[in-house]
Amino acid sequence: MTGQLRLIRLYRAVVYPLIQLTVWSAASLVIISAVTLALAVVFNRQVAGGLTLVDFVVRTLPQVAIDGLTIGFLYAMIALGYTMVYGVLQLINFAHSEIFMVGAFVGVEFMLLLNLPPDQPVQGLLLVILLTTLLGMAASGLLAVGIERVAYRPLRHAPRLVPLISAIGVSFFLQDTVRAIEGLVNNAFFRNYPSFPALNEPLTLASVTVAGEPVTVQMQAKIILIIVVSLVMLSGLNYLVNATRLGRAIRAVAQDQATAALMGVNVDRIIMLTFLIGGALGGATGVLFGIRVGRIDPYVGFIPGIKAFTAAVLGGIGNITGAMLGGLVLGVLEAFAGAYLSQFTGGAFGSEYKDIFAFAILIIILIFRPTGLLGEIVAQRA
Amino acid sequence: MPPLVQPISDVRAAASTIARPVLELREVHTYYGHIHALKGISLVVQPGEVVTLIGANGAGKTTTLRTVSGLVKPRQGQVLLEGQDITHLPPHEVAALGVGHVPEGRRIFPRLTVLENLEMGAYLVRDPGEIRRRLKFVFEVFPRLYERQDQPGGTLSGGEQQMLAIGRALMMEPKIMLLDEPSMGLAPVLVETIFGVLKQLNEHGTTILLVEQNAHMALQVAHRGYVIETGRIVLEGTAAELAKNPQVQAAYLGGLD
Ligand SMILES: Nc1ncnc2c1ncn2[C@@H]1O[C@H](COP(=O)(O)OP(=O)(O)OP(=O)(O)O)[C@@H](O)[C@H]1O
Ligand SMILES: [Mg+2]
Repeated sequence: MTGQLRLIRLYRAVVYPLIQLTVWSAASLVIISAVTLALAVVFNRQVAGGLTLVDFVVRTLPQVAIDGLTIGFLYAMIALGYTMVYGVLQLINFAHSEIFMVGAFVGVEFMLLLNLPPDQPVQGLLLVILLTTLLGMAASGLLAVGIERVAYRPLRHAPRLVPLISAIGVSFFLQDTVRAIEGLVNNAFFRNYPSFPALNEPLTLASVTVAGEPVTVQMQAKIILIIVVSLVMLSGLNYLVNATRLGRAIRAVAQDQATAALMGVNVDRIIMLTFLIGGALGGATGVLFGIRVGRIDPYVGFIPGIKAFTAAVLGGIGNITGAMLGGLVLGVLEAFAGAYLSQFTGGAFGSEYKDIFAFAILIIILIFRPTGLLGEIVAQRA
Repeated sequence: MPPLVQPISDVRAAASTIARPVLELREVHTYYGHIHALKGISLVVQPGEVVTLIGANGAGKTTTLRTVSGLVKPRQGQVLLEGQDITHLPPHEVAALGVGHVPEGRRIFPRLTVLENLEMGAYLVRDPGEIRRRLKFVFEVFPRLYERQDQPGGTLSGGEQQMLAIGRALMMEPKIMLLDEPSMGLAPVLVETIFGVLKQLNEHGTTILLVEQNAHMALQVAHRGYVIETGRIVLEGTAAELAKNPQVQAAYLGGLD
């Protein structure tokens, strides 16, 4: 009985969420690709480079899909930090975007400190990046724990708006602190992640001909790395939350703090660990994000933070699977909008409108599902 | 005619000579803001006893249990567990010392499965073999829970949730179980079942402090009882004595005088 039970649990905790993640990714990609293609067919005309709109879409679709998934995974990881903290404290941790930013800075400083020659082979680089990611996780995780201790715990019984203000204050504090330190030490408050040709070189994953159109799927090594690390983290988190004693305690505290305490759970400790885990995920994401975009500054957390928060709401705030799904959907929407908005509107709306477009879709989704995509479970909180 | 209910001091004196009580409250005063909810509650539960605390709505029954388990802090007085002062301990430490509280309204974790709810009861137990042994016991007591183990707790019926709440506390193998109105909202048949189980558990050695508005049932399973009115103990005695007491009969047993 117990052996079988363990298998069922493992399935539920690891396999099922992964299947779910895959299905959701695939589904959102298929739906939005189909819509894009349909629109392309309807509004087909000549666009730049002697191509028709349909040709253009077919050629670029796989690449856009990959971009969408990559950014979607990053949003998902940040969103988890918001959603987990919201789950245990019903607090929107607005400082989470700065926890993410600090992770990115710790990562860049570490990599600059290593001062690697740019012609590193890819294996060594992977190791370095993993190490940097771990360091970013540690820094951001501890920072999140410190913030909880100093800025939120004393306000645990204050009206809800009070810790929210405190969170905003912490955000400004962190931005300005990083800015001051970088300014003093480097005379500039932005930093560039070192760029390595081996990581940027596009690897051709597939090259096929669809309807006479050459379609190649290429991925830079760093993008593959980002996707792999994200998947490992997301699965690890699922396992932790759904299949371990700690995860059970986190969920119990999220559902009923007083009763969890009656079971012997040290609620403060569980809240601390929740911040640690959420912060560590944010820090890892900060490093990966920095590697992807290259240049970072103290305000780099704001936009991804707002988007990840939106992703958490979209998925149903407090719901962990929902945060992953919300991140994916948002990332994919944004990538498609960024790639096609300009071509489809004949240049009237450039790709700089991608956020407006993505958010408009989100608002529409939330009008029809106010509790978020997977949010019905949150609505009946204990 | 001799008094049916002994004066409080006599019972206390008698009790303290029997053995070290599992639980003792000494002159406990608890406040909610400026509301004086408990006005000097003293009571004793001896090992192996079922003691009931009966009283009307708002009398302070729940507050008494919450004060014991540390969910609210008394402003004055002492709470002793097997002689150890637990007055100022946080609830998770009180639980670790062996107080199993089945709270008012059951408070099942709605989105944990039945099995996970039970495992939360054994949160402080690290040995998987021991957890399995306790699970087996709970499933023997409540076979219904075995059938439902994979279902989210929130989807159980009221009676099943009460079984789960009791089962969850049993997973702690507590020195004393605090039960807050286990009969609330249950059909008479289920009330019988639950009280039958409590009796059985007590026969196996579980010490119980039982809060009830259903004084009739409570006095059937309890050895002794206390009557609480607006934050004060107004009567105490053996269950039989209380059941015969005209005041109790009038106020809590449907007025048979
Ligand atoms: N959280 C609270 N804040 C303020 N007052 C409270 C609180 N909880 C209880 N009280 C008050 O304390 C008194 C005792 O309440 P308590 O819940 O202990 O009563 P009870 O005997 O359990 O009643 P019931 O049978 O209705 O459950 C009541 O007057 C109640 O209004
Ligand atoms: Mg009550």
